[in-house]
Amino acid sequence: MLTHSVQAKLEVVATTPDLGSIVREIGGDLVEIEILARPKEDAHFVSARPSFIVKLNKADVLVEGGAELEIGWLPALVDQARNRKIVSGAPGRIVCSQGVQMLEIPATLDRSRGDIHAAGNPHYLIDPLNAKIVAEHISATLCELEPQSCATFESNLKRFSNAIDIKLNEWRNLLKPYSGRRVVSYHNSWPYFSKRFGIRVDLFLEPKPGIPPSPSHLAEVVSQMKSDKITVIMVDPYINRRTAETAARFTGATLVDAAQFPGGVKGTEGGYIQLLDYLVNSLAKAFGGG
Amino acid sequence: MKTIRFLFLSAFIALALFPNSAQEADPVGQLKKQLEQIQANFEKIQQQQKLEIERLTRQIQALQEQNDADAETKRLESELAAEMATAPAAGSQVARPSTWSPSQPIPVIRAGSAYMNIGFDVLTVAGWSTDRDVSQALNLGDHDPIQRGFSLRNAEITLEGAVDPYFKGFASPVFKLDPSGETEFELEEAYLMSSSLPANLQIKAGQFFAAFGRQNSIHPHAWNFVDQPLILNRAFGPEGLRNPGGQISWLAPTPFYTEVFLGVFNGGGGTAFSFRNAGDEGQVPPSFYGRETLGRGLRGPGDLLFVPRIASSFDLTDTQTIVVGASGAIGPNDTGLHSRSEVFGLDAYWKWKPLNAMRSLHFLSWQTELLYRRFGAGEDLVAGFDSENMRDWGFYSEVLWGFRPRWMTGLRGEFVTGNNSAIDAESVFRGDRSRVSPNLTWLPSEYSKLRLQYNHDRGQNIGVEHSVWLQLEISLGAHAAHKF
Repeated sequence: MLTHSVQAKLEVVATTPDLGSIVREIGGDLVEIEILARPKEDAHFVSARPSFIVKLNKADVLVEGGAELEIGWLPALVDQARNRKIVSGAPGRIVCSQGVQMLEIPATLDRSRGDIHAAGNPHYLIDPLNAKIVAEHISATLCELEPQSCATFESNLKRFSNAIDIKLNEWRNLLKPYSGRRVVSYHNSWPYFSKRFGIRVDLFLEPKPGIPPSPSHLAEVVSQMKSDKITVIMVDPYINRRTAETAARFTGATLVDAAQFPGGVKGTEGGYIQLLDYLVNSLAKAFGGG
Repeated sequence: MKTIRFLFLSAFIALALFPNSAQEADPVGQLKKQLEQIQANFEKIQQQQKLEIERLTRQIQALQEQNDADAETKRLESELAAEMATAPAAGSQVARPSTWSPSQPIPVIRAGSAYMNIGFDVLTVAGWSTDRDVSQALNLGDHDPIQRGFSLRNAEITLEGAVDPYFKGFASPVFKLDPSGETEFELEEAYLMSSSLPANLQIKAGQFFAAFGRQNSIHPHAWNFVDQPLILNRAFGPEGLRNPGGQISWLAPTPFYTEVFLGVFNGGGGTAFSFRNAGDEGQVPPSFYGRETLGRGLRGPGDLLFVPRIASSFDLTDTQTIVVGASGAIGPNDTGLHSRSEVFGLDAYWKWKPLNAMRSLHFLSWQTELLYRRFGAGEDLVAGFDSENMRDWGFYSEVLWGFRPRWMTGLRGEFVTGNNSAIDAESVFRGDRSRVSPNLTWLPSEYSKLRLQYNHDRGQNIGVEHSVWLQLEISLGAHAAHKF
């Protein structure tokens, strides 16, 4: 009789690198992780490459952001993957937005206002407290699917949550002197971050969600930046950097390379906490310099 | 003494007769009485005020208590929020519904919360051609522009959703306007697809586009060009290959994507063009390629139309993906008791998309399909045609370049040819043809599209023709996820 059988690792597919990073924190070496969207990619517009079907076919767990983040590409892939473990409602399907207090849920659905998200703004994971909720989801599901390793997952969860708590204090202190400061970004992808850290990211280079900037809109942004003395522009890796550079040239503002995903900006490959570290520090630096 | 007595007496009488007037006559008593009255009034008012003061005090106290309670609630809430944030129970937190007041708009059903997603997509074309009547021979596709000026050849309703835990359902009724403005209707697709079969299998059943090559199963609003590729028109007719039937497909356990399909269809009618197609039923007798059709029914399973396909995909690099496939369509045709047809095709698709593409609109792609068809035409002694093999082959190749956000440009080249057959002079579906089509597409948003296309057509039966088409797409409602 065999004394020890090699336990097959749980195969987890995460749609985005931030989710993948949290799965790594909780699952550690007990899970194999495949991440679909690349760090610099816009999570709304991922090419549904057929190789993803193969990854989803083999998956024990699918971790998705939900709230329509992946609505443009994930459903067709899951349909083709023929995997009962990850279909909607299966224990292996983790929809991370569940349990998160969503912001900006529109009262009416009207596309003349641009691309809107019926379930609210889906970029919630950039708030560290939401990352803790998501980590809890992941831990609970991993425990359910692999009860014998549950203690490990739970202690990993505790470690991650504690790390977030300690870091959150540090981050808040760093940004406290700049409370209430306004920041420009391209897309409205930072409401959760601004709420958590008391800054205001409420002026956007695109006139409406999904509609590219027009010169008249940019002119308005520039004049608002001047009158409100806004000195920082956050730039996502997948946007046209020239637009932000133009706005910066007219206003003397500082560009801060920002990303929602670990690895989206150089030096954030280490994971979620490193990404937040980077974002908070570079913002504080930009505020301080401006 | 007498005077004093009189005074006494008169006073007595006065007292006896007018007891009150005696008081009135007494100013001290009067004032005293007034004072008493005022005092009584004062006491009464004081009492009232006291009550009022007590009432107000109680009110103030109550309000203060309320405020304290509110503050307490708030404190509790924030503590709870902090508590829940530190140790949330998965899935236990429910978003608080915002209170609704009559002045607010009533929220609509949100995507994903409905049993069925509904979409509506309209394609309108405006343009001009040197060909007076493009519908005769130049533009034979069912969704192609059919006349100079305006055409509306695709207004499609899409319905889709999960039927139950086992099946997904999809339907697309399509409306079109014919040249006289009359509305035509067709049920383009209506099928269900399994979602949880074991062994990597999946079945599809109903009326649907056969999985042959790349373009055949794509709906017109997702095409890269305004019109149907010529070789698909030759092999599968104006509407493409779709029919009532079933399909089983298997995802092979290879490290790269490989999927094997087998479709089985009834194979009758105009949507199975090269197969049991009765042809022009307006003619008496109905005929196809000049031959009388027999209206063949199914004599056995061998009379069904079989459509096998295999497709594989490889990620060449992090930014490049290729999909290659081979397909066949094999079944009887209606021009003879034992006549059969086969179509074989090869297809390839390559796409490059940089890692940090702005939305999905920065890319380069190339798509090509090569098709061969043998149509075993039966003899028709009345019409004077022997049995013969009509062989056609052709290809299209198209490059699409998303050169800046919201803009893409494309170039398609096509060629079709075939052997000589007895009916070549009469059929617009035969003879050599080539077409070059550059186009430019502007997407104001994900839900609208404006496309300008030029066609340079050259053909044995049509000469040289130039056409310019401007296509407008509007898309309402749910937007199904894109396949690769």
